[in-house]
Amino acid sequence: MTDLPLSQPAAAMPGRRTGSLLAQDDRTRRRNAAESRFRLYGVIAIAISMIALVVLLATILTGGAGAFRQTYLNIPVTLDAEVLDPNGNRDPAEMAKVLTLAYGRVLDAAVDGTIARHGIQIEGLSEADIDGLISREASAQVRDRVLANPELVGQTVEFDVLVGGRIDGYFKGRVTMDSAERDSNTSPQQLMLAQELADRGEMVTRFNWNFLTNADASDQRPEAAGVGVAILGSLYMMLVVLVLSVPIGVAASIYLEEFAPKNRLTDIIEVNISNLAAVPSIVFGILGLAAFINFAGLPQSAPIVGGLVLTLMTLPTIIISTRAALKAVPPSIRDAALGVGASKMQSVFHHVLPLAMPGILTGTIIGLAQALGETAPLLLIGMVAFVRNFPDGLPGGLMDPASALPVQVFNWTQRSDPAFIERASGAIIVLLIFLLCMNLLAIWLRRRFERRW
Amino acid sequence: MSTVKFTVSALAVIAASASAAAARDQVQVSGSSTVLPYSTIVAEVFGENMDFPVPVVESGGTGSGLQKFCEGVGENTIDIANASRPMRDAERETCTANGVTDIMEVRIGYDGIVFANASSGPDFAYTPADWFNALSAKVVKDGQVVDNTAANWNEVNPDLPEQEILAFIPGTKHGTREVFEEKVILAGCEESGAMEAFVASGMDEDAAEEACMTLRTDGRAVDIDGDYTETLARIESSPNGIGVFGLSFYENNTDKLKVGTISGVSPSTETIASGEYPVSRPLFFYVKKAHIGVIPGLKEFVEFFVADEIAGPDGPLAEYGLVSDPELAATQEAVANETVMQ
Repeated sequence: MTDLPLSQPAAAMPGRRTGSLLAQDDRTRRRNAAESRFRLYGVIAIAISMIALVVLLATILTGGAGAFRQTYLNIPVTLDAEVLDPNGNRDPAEMAKVLTLAYGRVLDAAVDGTIARHGIQIEGLSEADIDGLISREASAQVRDRVLANPELVGQTVEFDVLVGGRIDGYFKGRVTMDSAERDSNTSPQQLMLAQELADRGEMVTRFNWNFLTNADASDQRPEAAGVGVAILGSLYMMLVVLVLSVPIGVAASIYLEEFAPKNRLTDIIEVNISNLAAVPSIVFGILGLAAFINFAGLPQSAPIVGGLVLTLMTLPTIIISTRAALKAVPPSIRDAALGVGASKMQSVFHHVLPLAMPGILTGTIIGLAQALGETAPLLLIGMVAFVRNFPDGLPGGLMDPASALPVQVFNWTQRSDPAFIERASGAIIVLLIFLLCMNLLAIWLRRRFERRW
Repeated sequence: MSTVKFTVSALAVIAASASAAAARDQVQVSGSSTVLPYSTIVAEVFGENMDFPVPVVESGGTGSGLQKFCEGVGENTIDIANASRPMRDAERETCTANGVTDIMEVRIGYDGIVFANASSGPDFAYTPADWFNALSAKVVKDGQVVDNTAANWNEVNPDLPEQEILAFIPGTKHGTREVFEEKVILAGCEESGAMEAFVASGMDEDAAEEACMTLRTDGRAVDIDGDYTETLARIESSPNGIGVFGLSFYENNTDKLKVGTISGVSPSTETIASGEYPVSRPLFFYVKKAHIGVIPGLKEFVEFFVADEIAGPDGPLAEYGLVSDPELAATQEAVANETVMQ
C-alpha cells in the first residue's frame, strides 16, 4: 500500500479523467475486479481450512465417542472357598498366593451360571465363546475386592464386570456378525449370547468414567484402558513448566526489555532466543536425555524430566510474547512514573508489569498449550512407555514413571487390537478439551484485563 | 511479593526432591516392539498378583533397546531389553566396554511371520521361491540372470491369482526384515535354483547371497518403517497389496486380513511350534544380573514371565499369539540359577 497524501487534489493529475465521475473507467474496473478476486481467495482459504477442521473434528469425535461408553455385565459370583482360600483361614497374605488365573475360573463358572439361570440356549456356542465374554480385567477386580475383604469368600456377591473388547465393539457397531464370522477372537454365537444377555438387561452399555480414571492396559484388555495416568503425568509436567518457565521467562524478558543495555551481546541473545523458538522440538528431547538423564541422573519416564524438557521448549515462546507485551505498554506510563520520582524498578513492577499482565498471561497459556500437545521430545526420555501404576502425590510423584496424553495417543495407535483406535481418538478428545479450556482461559484473561490507550 | 516467595520455595522443593532422587522401585524394560505386547501383558498380570509395582515397558525397537541396555549399570539405566533377534557381537562389546558384563539371555518363545492380504482378495498359496521371484531385483529366466520384470503374481507362478505384485515389507530397521530376507527370500533363492545360477554366472558365494537378497526398487516392494498398523492401513487403502505381519497381529485382525500359506502350511501356533511353518524366529529378553537384588521385583518378574502359567502353551501369551517354547523348562532353570551368557 502506498500512502499518498489524502489532501492531494485530483487536479494535480490533469487530463487523467475525461468522462463522468459515475462511469467507471477501465482502470477502476480492473482495480475493483482485483479486489473482489482477493476477497474470493480469502473466502476460499477460510472455507478450505474450515472443511479440513470440520472433517478432522468429525472423524475424531465419531471415532472417539465410543471410548466414553463401555459395556458391563452384571453377574452374581459365587466366591468358592476351596479355590480362593485353599487353607481356609481367610488370611489375606496366604490368599494373595492365589493368582488371578484361578479367579478367572471362578468367573467362568459365574458366567455359565448366569446363562443357565436365564435359560439361554444358542446352537454352536462353545466354551471358549463363553469364557471370552468377559474381560480379563474382571478377575483382577474380583481378586482385589476379595483380598480387601476376605470375609466375602464363600458368599455370592454381585459384580459389575467389563465385557471383552469385541463384545463391547458389537454394541458400539464396530464389530458386526459379518466381521465376527471371519474374526478368530469372537464368533457370531458369542455375539448372539451377548445380545440375549443385553435383552434381559444383564449387559448394559453406559457412560465410562473409567476411561478418565483408569491406567493404561495391555493389548489383551483394551476395554480396561484409560487415560488416568496420562492426565496425571501431563498435569505434573505442566506444573513443572509453569513453575519454572514463568518466573525465568518473565524475569529474562523484563531484564532484556527494560534494563539491559542495547549492545552486541543483547542483540546476539535476542537473535538466539528467536532462533530457539524455531528449533524442532525433538532437539530438546535429545538435550534432555543428555543433560537431565545421563548427566544429572534423573530417572527415566519421570514427569520432572518431561517438565524440564518442555520448559526449555516453552521458554522462548514466553520470552517473546512477554517482551511484546512489555513493548506494547506506552512509554508515557514509564515516563510518568519516573517523573513523579519512582525508581526504575518501581516503575516496572508497579506500572508496566500490571499493564502487560494480560499479554504475558496469554503468551504463557499458549506456550503451555503448545507444551501440553508435544510428543516428540518425550519420545527420547522414556515417556512413551506402558505405565500402569499411578504416580504418587506431589512432590515425590514427579520422580515416578508416568505417561502423558499425546504420547498415550501415539502409543495406542500402534497397538494391534482395533479397539485401541477408538481409545486413541478418545484420548485426543480429552486432549482437545484441555487445550480448548486453556485457550478459552487465555481469551477470557485477555478480554478481562486488556487496556487500550 | 508473596508470589515471588512462593516461586522461590517451589523451586527449592523441586531442586531438593530432584537431588534426593529416590531409589527406583519398579523394573524398567525397553526394546523390541514385537515383544512389547507380550511384555505388557506379563507386566500387567505381574502387577495384579504380586506386591511389586507394575514394570514400566517402553518400546522403540530391538536396536535402540539394546543400546540403552548397554549404556551401563545403575539405577538410571534399564534392567531388561526386549529383542526380536539375538544380541549381536558388536552390541555385546559395547555392553562389556560399559561395564555390563553379566547378562542373562531369556528366550520366551517364537513368533511367526505371516503374509496376508485384504480379506476381500483371493487366496494365496506361496512358496519361498514365489516370493524370491516376485521381489528380487535379479531373477533367473531360461538360465539367464535378468532384471525382474514380473508385474503379476501369476507370471511368477501360474498357480497364483492374477493380481499385481505389491508387497509391504518391514523396513530395514526392523528385526522382522532380517527374518524375511533369510527365511523367505534367501530360502526361495536356493529353492528356485537361482543361487546356483548366480554362482555359475561368476559370483562368489557371498555376492550370490547378496544378489539374492537385493530387492527390486521399482515400487513393487514397499518398505514400511512404521509398525504393523501402518502396513494394515496401506493394505486397506490398496487392496492389491500383500503385507508381512507378525502372527499375533494377524490373529487380532483376522476380520480384515486373509493369510497365505507357505509351501502348503498355514501359519498357527501349532504349525510354528512343530516347525512345519518355516518362517518364525525366537524372541528374547536380556536381563542385567547386576540389577538383581538391587531393583526390587526384577528376578520375580523374570521368573514370572517364563512360568508355565504365563509363557506355557495354555498361558495368556500363547493365547495372544506367542508360540511357546518347547524347551521352556530349561529356560526356567537357567533363570532360577541366574545363568549368564558366555
